[in-house]
Amino acid sequence: MRLRKEPIISGLALIGLWQLASYFFPPFLFPSVAAIGKELLAILTQGELVVGALATSARILGGMAGAFVVGGAIGLWMGRSAGFERYIHPLLIFNQGIPALSWVVISIIWFKSTEFRIWFIILMTTLPAFAFQIHDSYRAISKDLIEMSMSFRPSKWDLVRTLIWPSVLPGIMTAWKVNLGNVSRVVVVAELVGAGIGVGYELLQRQQLFDMAGAIAWTLVLVLFVVVSQGFVTMLESHFLRYRPTSERQR
Amino acid sequence: MKVVTFAGVSKRFDGGSHGYAVRNLDLHIGQGELVAVVGKTGCGKSTMFNLLIGLIAPTDGVIRVLGSNPFADFDALAGKIGVVFQNDRLLPWRSALDNVAYGLELRHVAKERRLAVGRDWLKRLGLEVHSEKYPHSLSGGMRQRVSIARAFATDPEILLCDEPFSALDELTGASLRSEFRRLVQETHKTGIFVTHSIGEAIDIGDRILVFCAPGHVAAEFAVPEALRELGEEGLKQRILDVMGGTGA
Repeated sequence: MRLRKEPIISGLALIGLWQLASYFFPPFLFPSVAAIGKELLAILTQGELVVGALATSARILGGMAGAFVVGGAIGLWMGRSAGFERYIHPLLIFNQGIPALSWVVISIIWFKSTEFRIWFIILMTTLPAFAFQIHDSYRAISKDLIEMSMSFRPSKWDLVRTLIWPSVLPGIMTAWKVNLGNVSRVVVVAELVGAGIGVGYELLQRQQLFDMAGAIAWTLVLVLFVVVSQGFVTMLESHFLRYRPTSERQR
Repeated sequence: MKVVTFAGVSKRFDGGSHGYAVRNLDLHIGQGELVAVVGKTGCGKSTMFNLLIGLIAPTDGVIRVLGSNPFADFDALAGKIGVVFQNDRLLPWRSALDNVAYGLELRHVAKERRLAVGRDWLKRLGLEVHSEKYPHSLSGGMRQRVSIARAFATDPEILLCDEPFSALDELTGASLRSEFRRLVQETHKTGIFVTHSIGEAIDIGDRILVFCAPGHVAAEFAVPEALRELGEEGLKQRILDVMGGTGA
């Protein structure tokens, strides 16, 4: 994979502008790049802080895994049954209209366990995207390929394994990539209320201390997690979807 | 021995009396026969094809393929029917070899065995050097060869082909036609070849069934005898007359 110079240049320009601002504003508004770097290093090297960053990462992955399983099952079932789709589709649309903050309030009232609250909030906010994406991928399976496969009279499991799964895989990859970005925002909101560990909790602490360097550093940890996770999904995508042709014009 | 029997078969799609795609179809195909079914677009050939595979159920009548009802006893015909479709219908995420081995995989044949059979069929169709390529990097003719290899690889008793060469250029189509005919004869299969081209039907079939809408056999010709009696042009004209004067 070739490293492009453009993102490096734009990144360096942003850092330069921030550093320039730090000369003219007090540190609680624009701390120096060095101060942010020091905080970031502390987070990545001190055991207790690393645990906080990992806790948030684990919550994101756990919540998304749950949403993937439940949303995927709903998406596939909607694809199989038009009747089920007619009942569930409006509910998913309704769910999409509920703000993440409402789920925070609801989960605080409904559940006692902080971890379950966070998991539930992520589940409810990301489930529709998984369900819709997988439903669309299922519906897009070529009728020609289904007929071809059926001409060999496969078992249901073999049909799922050899035709349906590979057909919906690109949609699943896209859903993971899109949801990773969304969940990183939702999880912080969820952690603000009740969590004693994690990026959201740390951001709340820094806000109370007017510690901008710490707030930026913890934000960067979350961004780093999203970038690494997206990179991992992209790597899986380029492995599993390597059969897809690309035009020279696309490069 | 009759391998395929249609007795008074009708298929209606919209439930109304005018929606017959196939009506009162009677046909019998014996073991080892290579039958070409020719007819205009919309005459019910593809519906007959789908009824034969068991993808759709007849509205009336009885269908028997190797003694089984292809729709009701769907699993009973597993591995006994090979199909070559109008378009290649290759799985884009599988290499040419894995596509050829696909039917065998669904029959749970061991991996080594199915890959060996797949390689053998690719070799017979001149594609051994392309075995690891994905469908998108193969030409239309190559892809259709892979789909022919896929149909033969399961060693079915009946081969069904639905206008498999219609999307190819004349030269490639002619070469694949003769290859296909050779393979059917070598392997002693029963072949049913659906086409809208009269020339192709004469080239391929030992017997030609002329279909007219709504899906019934309007005429039948034993090709060697008809060629002797009428000559190729005469036979073409006779088929064209039956079809309604606007054939291939």
